[in-house]
Amino acid sequence: MIELADVRKVFNMNRPNEFTALHGVTLHISANRNTVLKGPSGSGKTTLLGILGCMARPTSGRIMLGEREITSLPERFLTEIRRRSFGFIFQQLNLIKGITALENIMVPAYPEGERRSQLKKRAVALLEVFGLGQKATSRVEWLSGGEAQRVAIARALINNPSVIVADEPTAHLDSKLSEEFMEIMQKLKGEGRTVIIASHDPIVYTSGFVDTVVEMRDGSVVDVRATG
Amino acid sequence: MILYPPIIALLLGSFLVSMMLLYSASFAIKILRSWDIKSGSELQLGLERKTYLISTIIGYAFGFQLISFFLFIYTADDLCVFFVGAMCAVGTLHVDPFGYPTLIMKILNFLLAGTWLIVNYTDNKAYDYPLIRKKYYLLLLITPFVLAETVLQLLYFLGLHPNIITSCCGSLFSAEAPGAAGGLIAFPSIPMKIVFYSGIAATLVSGAFFYRTARGGYFFSLLSALTFFISIAALISFISLYFYELPTHHCPFCILQKEYGYIGYVLYALLLSGALSGIGTGALLLFRKEASLVDIIPAITCRLTLASVLAYAVFAAITTYQMIFSNFKLEGY
Amino acid sequence: MKQIEAQRNILDFTLSSLLRRKRKNAVLLLVYTLVVFLIASVMFFTHSIRREAALVLKDAPEMVVQKVVAGRQDLISGNYIDRISGIRGVASARGRLWGYYYDPIVGANYTVVVPETGQPQPGSVIIGDAISSSRKLYKGDLLAFRSHTGEAVLLQVEGTLSSESALVSADLILTSEDDFRELFGISKPFVTDITLKVGNQRELGTIAQKITRLLPDTRPIMRDEILRTYDSVFNWRGGAMVIILFVVVISFINFAWDRASGLSAEEKKEIGILKAIGWETSDVIMMKFWEGTAISLSSFLLGVLLAYAHVYITSSLLFEPFLKGWSVLYPDFRLTPYIDAYQISTLFFLTVLPYTVATIVPSWRAATIDPDVIMRT
Repeated sequence: MIELADVRKVFNMNRPNEFTALHGVTLHISANRNTVLKGPSGSGKTTLLGILGCMARPTSGRIMLGEREITSLPERFLTEIRRRSFGFIFQQLNLIKGITALENIMVPAYPEGERRSQLKKRAVALLEVFGLGQKATSRVEWLSGGEAQRVAIARALINNPSVIVADEPTAHLDSKLSEEFMEIMQKLKGEGRTVIIASHDPIVYTSGFVDTVVEMRDGSVVDVRATG
Repeated sequence: MILYPPIIALLLGSFLVSMMLLYSASFAIKILRSWDIKSGSELQLGLERKTYLISTIIGYAFGFQLISFFLFIYTADDLCVFFVGAMCAVGTLHVDPFGYPTLIMKILNFLLAGTWLIVNYTDNKAYDYPLIRKKYYLLLLITPFVLAETVLQLLYFLGLHPNIITSCCGSLFSAEAPGAAGGLIAFPSIPMKIVFYSGIAATLVSGAFFYRTARGGYFFSLLSALTFFISIAALISFISLYFYELPTHHCPFCILQKEYGYIGYVLYALLLSGALSGIGTGALLLFRKEASLVDIIPAITCRLTLASVLAYAVFAAITTYQMIFSNFKLEGY
Repeated sequence: MKQIEAQRNILDFTLSSLLRRKRKNAVLLLVYTLVVFLIASVMFFTHSIRREAALVLKDAPEMVVQKVVAGRQDLISGNYIDRISGIRGVASARGRLWGYYYDPIVGANYTVVVPETGQPQPGSVIIGDAISSSRKLYKGDLLAFRSHTGEAVLLQVEGTLSSESALVSADLILTSEDDFRELFGISKPFVTDITLKVGNQRELGTIAQKITRLLPDTRPIMRDEILRTYDSVFNWRGGAMVIILFVVVISFINFAWDRASGLSAEEKKEIGILKAIGWETSDVIMMKFWEGTAISLSSFLLGVLLAYAHVYITSSLLFEPFLKGWSVLYPDFRLTPYIDAYQISTLFFLTVLPYTVATIVPSWRAATIDPDVIMRT
């Protein structure tokens, strides 16, 4: 589904603080599978995640999404693809403070130009799926950790993406919530979506729900293991 | 020079627009030298990000250009009290030799900026910025025109001293007046009407033809530009007479005033839209062979053609209506 | 249409985010409104005064001929009228009777004029509304004058003047010719000055020359010279105004740029989130555009309304000491409002345009944050 060929990412090129985050990564992410990028901080997982998720362009190399080459796509097309096909869950959750949970879920869909009433209906339905129907009009500051986590997942699903990308999702969660999270990911996989998670949490990469573990170190892929 | 808020406003506006264009031009040079869509280098990413800035700048410049065109005419109109012999904008613009050139430059720059925005819009729809180089060459071409306008406007205002006797539209736009204006007036009205209606008809027909069959686009584009000039000439020659209901009042600016229901704004807006859409169509047709634009350009040119045809049609409709229902009869007295 | 819906959504979000940062935006709004208020006040005031001057001069004669004796103006003989009428190019000439009368009660000078048409009945006067209101004189009342011989002359008020321009009529008294001559002791055929109408504007200079040759003890004054005089008055004061204006606009641009660039960490984060979850650079630029528009519109409206109230209702309370220097008679001078789209668009160019230009680059910079920035921090 997503194909990387010899992808390099260099920051601050030709300057004294030049830094290569990825050294020629070649990788294949299968559709409808749960893939985990495992590695310590500084291994390049976050950078790789960004490139996989159409957030950043590689310095060199090629990247294919399905049949389509997206390496040199201008930002507006890349963003459009990302918005429609990818849903992101961040380590810090990154919900917008000061607005309601419902509004947070609707925000990624604004540029799509959907009728607001329709969008609202879909957002409410998503909240109900996660058992947060009551919390629709609550400010996100007032939600518990687990509730906020679920709002973040709901937000990632508003545009019905085929790929879910999560960056260290369990970093601030206890074991119970972490396992709950992996169950939700499994459910999403069951709906036909692809899941990619970057994590150095054992609960994540040893989970029975994971199909492939990609081990990274110092900007290179050192091991790819099929599990489960 | 008369230190007067509208003049300061116009000078400030033009100055700011010129600065923005100069900045954009310097960026254009950078793009023309280093652009490479295939590269993922930071330089390239930076350039791509900068193109958003340039589009935003030209968008604003375009808007201000339009407003400043009308504000300039209005200011000239307002200042006529200071010049003995001037009764409206025509007289004020005639006070020194830079008045009319400034006005012409404003129109020209409006059309140029508008064309650039149309090309930019089209370029952004394709996956690989196929027109990036041509677009920025065009920008480099436009910049000196904008600078020229700012300078001309400044020179014009510097030349306004309130003790100068100038001519008013009566003597300027009268049959005896030397120059093009007089020639236009003296031209008998029936042939002029024929020319006007032929121009409009030809534009509408070629536009419809192009819309249906996608052929003859350049011809249509040229015609629409030509009709713009013909329409202005027609306004001066006979159309304005029907609005003023006077056989000697040929002024093209007085129709902007309240007494005539501000109809001038509508008429000029229609003409400018018609011209811009037509010219834009022609500009885009130059690029229709580009691989990534093959599917995109036809849709855009169709919309532009429609806009142009409608604009001219409505213009003809309004003016014809006025000619039929006005209390004034030009021929047959 | 999709585009319109998308814009509406973005606009909605923008407004809610503006309300979320009330304090910071309140300061910006305040300063912006103040700038608009200042510039608008100056503009409305100057424009109104100019209009009034134009009105005065509209009916002013194209040329006035005065007699000069030892460098000072003196009464001119009506016999000159025929000689001036005989000059080629002069359409008509007539004598004018007018002068000043000092009223010790109010301590002000009235302008006394014998009008060309509509002279009041002998024994009656028509007075301007400022005189009427300051001395409480209405139709039917008697106005006492002291003639040139020291005698009291009583004239009845026939009516009051209302004119488009308060400047013109406020201190005006219209009398009949006989009353005027009796009051000031000017016997026939003398008049104060002679006014001319010419057939062709371009001949004014030539005619003026002929008059000075024909009547060497006279001085012709042309209307455009009066215009120039007015203008130089405005210019001097206008010049000072312009410098202040300039400083205000520059400071405002600086302030606006600063404000726009100084995004709080909170704001930067929010934009980072928007970019990450799928907003494109142009969507964020649109958001910034709506933000600027909302702020500009509110400040502009508020500033203009306040300026209107300031200039026309409170009679430019803040400016009076600097600009006018009128006489005693007008402590409560009311200008007639002359506002039109032309003024508004000029104001727009002087305030909204600089603000917008100042915020283009900072907005763009904010909008081009990399989408993956919030993952990296």
